[in-house]
Amino acid sequence: MATAATTSRQKVGWGTANLVVVALAMIPVLWMVSLSFKTPAAILDPSYFPSQWTWGNYSSILSTSQFIRPLVNSIGIGLISTFIAVLLACMAAYAVARLRFPGKSLLIGMALLIAMFPAISLVTPMFNIERSLGLFNTWPGLIIPYVAFGLPLGIYTLSAFFREIPWELEKAAKVDGATPFQAFVKVIAPLAAPGMVTTAILVFLACWNEFLFAISFTSTLASRTAPASMAYFSGGSVFTVPTGPIAAAAVVITIPIIVFVLFFQRRIIAGLTSGAVKG
Amino acid sequence: MADIVLDQITKRYPDGALAVDKISMDIADGEFVILVGPSGCGKSTTLNMIAGLEDISEGELRIGGKVVNNKSPKDRDVAMVFQSYALYPHMTVRQNMGFALKLAKTPQAVIDEKVTEAARILDLTQHLDRKPANLSGGQRQRVAMGRAIVRDPAVFLMDEPLSNLDAKLRVQMRTEVSRIQRRLGTTMVYVTHDQTEAMTLGDRVAVMRSGRLLQVGTPQELYESPLNLFVAGFIGSPSMNFLPATAEDGKLRTPLGDIPLSDALRQALERSDASRDLIVGIRPENFEDASLVSADARREGITFRATIDVRESMGSDVYVYFATELGNSLAAAELQELAQDSGRADTGATGDTLVARLDAASRLQEGEDAELWLDARLVHVFEPGSGKNLALGASPAASPVS
Repeated sequence: MATAATTSRQKVGWGTANLVVVALAMIPVLWMVSLSFKTPAAILDPSYFPSQWTWGNYSSILSTSQFIRPLVNSIGIGLISTFIAVLLACMAAYAVARLRFPGKSLLIGMALLIAMFPAISLVTPMFNIERSLGLFNTWPGLIIPYVAFGLPLGIYTLSAFFREIPWELEKAAKVDGATPFQAFVKVIAPLAAPGMVTTAILVFLACWNEFLFAISFTSTLASRTAPASMAYFSGGSVFTVPTGPIAAAAVVITIPIIVFVLFFQRRIIAGLTSGAVKG
Repeated sequence: MADIVLDQITKRYPDGALAVDKISMDIADGEFVILVGPSGCGKSTTLNMIAGLEDISEGELRIGGKVVNNKSPKDRDVAMVFQSYALYPHMTVRQNMGFALKLAKTPQAVIDEKVTEAARILDLTQHLDRKPANLSGGQRQRVAMGRAIVRDPAVFLMDEPLSNLDAKLRVQMRTEVSRIQRRLGTTMVYVTHDQTEAMTLGDRVAVMRSGRLLQVGTPQELYESPLNLFVAGFIGSPSMNFLPATAEDGKLRTPLGDIPLSDALRQALERSDASRDLIVGIRPENFEDASLVSADARREGITFRATIDVRESMGSDVYVYFATELGNSLAAAELQELAQDSGRADTGATGDTLVARLDAASRLQEGEDAELWLDARLVHVFEPGSGKNLALGASPAASPVS
């Protein structure tokens, strides 16, 4: 009985701790959702739930190209950057995990260095470079830096996944008559798929949430992304803060992330390598 | 179908380590050859070089008469079974077995036919649509074999394919491998560290140590006339007993008593100009309970007294362990490596314990001061420095390695 009491006490303890953590994480999000449904007049109302629900904020942002176009930009730039970054990271990570070549540790070190670099220090030089190359305010102008900053993350995540795959599988494929490329595409890549999906999600999230470059390297709707576009929202008059529309926009750009993670969750967790070798 | 010729094959790693040192061997078409040796002796490296998974530093490798040094594995027409099986986890058994044929762009109908046939031989028919994760160890092992069989290759390469199975299954699969090889008649090179597997499976066995080939021969040759101390100690279970000895007045003076030298052996000793300190090797079955030996036979050997330490009854025979005073211990490097390989060095057992395999009729008990007989005709005499078997001058069956 003593143990049963301990277990139930433990359960209560853990449950409380979990509740506190979830509440801490969720209260601001719910507050944002709540704000997005409030009328402009009730924005300053401190009550947690809107007294009067309205879709006004959503219809106002979704009815103008001020938000729709940046949303399209965000999706396009995010997907293209993710695709390129994962493709390059795959090849680089495979080399890092499997090959011995001179300068390998230097490459890993450089990748880590890039990941650690404060982005703000790069904004000014990159602004000038992009201006002189004609990349300023274009999609490639954001895709290139996003790929550059996504790569270190991708290389690190993927090389960990590649290391997990038994090398003998690749040898077996070679003896079975596969070229190195076929061995990679038909045997290694399918097994590293969970890693690729994980990496893709992480890179996409980073691109989707990125604000500093997005606001620095864009000037018009041609390439401005959703997070950057929110800074340009205007209220009902010059003296009104557009809190409601910003909250609504924030909710809108959060939804794809939630869908993304829910959709791929199983693939991330699924251990595809089980059964490859004894054990 | 093809023969394999290894001509002075050498593997040197970029850091200068020599993994395989000038191995030469001819493997005939359809022959079943075992590479055996302790871990780190270069046997797997040799196999990988035959497969094309590792570059050959020096020497020439010919499969079916063609030099294949610079050919990639897919152009060598070899199939390999790995120790970990290396099954593709995302493919079903059927896809695993058909993968090589699919890469070779074989028509689907032919693939299906060959996979079905191989599955029938290996008793895998009902598992064809399962993934490797859902198979038992023995089934995975058979799938790995099947993957090699469907290709109908010129050469089968096996890298310790049975070492992940439990003991009972291993014995079953050993028979299976032997049966399949005989049925297909394909040249097979098989790597193992287990001398029992080597002895039971191979047409010929090649014993390797530290990257060098020590002896190639039929299991019987290796057992009866080992070229040197290492082969003598490695082949055979329980392994050969080694005793220090000195040659004096036409006799071998050993801790067990004086063993008379045969004329052939005496001449061999004189010829080889060996030092008077020698090592004598005696197989466990060359001892016998003296009470079971007829008076005639007794004259062919010597009798001595020893206290029985442990008695193990195997049913068909009895193993008895007994200690002797060896005096100066044996310091040959080969013996130390053998002890390490068998784990004897870790258990703290001294080299002073000898083992004898006696007739099941023997009634010797533990702790008993027993009289044992030793067949003097079958002792091996080794030179401690080089480890060479000096008795081989007497037995013409030896097959020297160049």
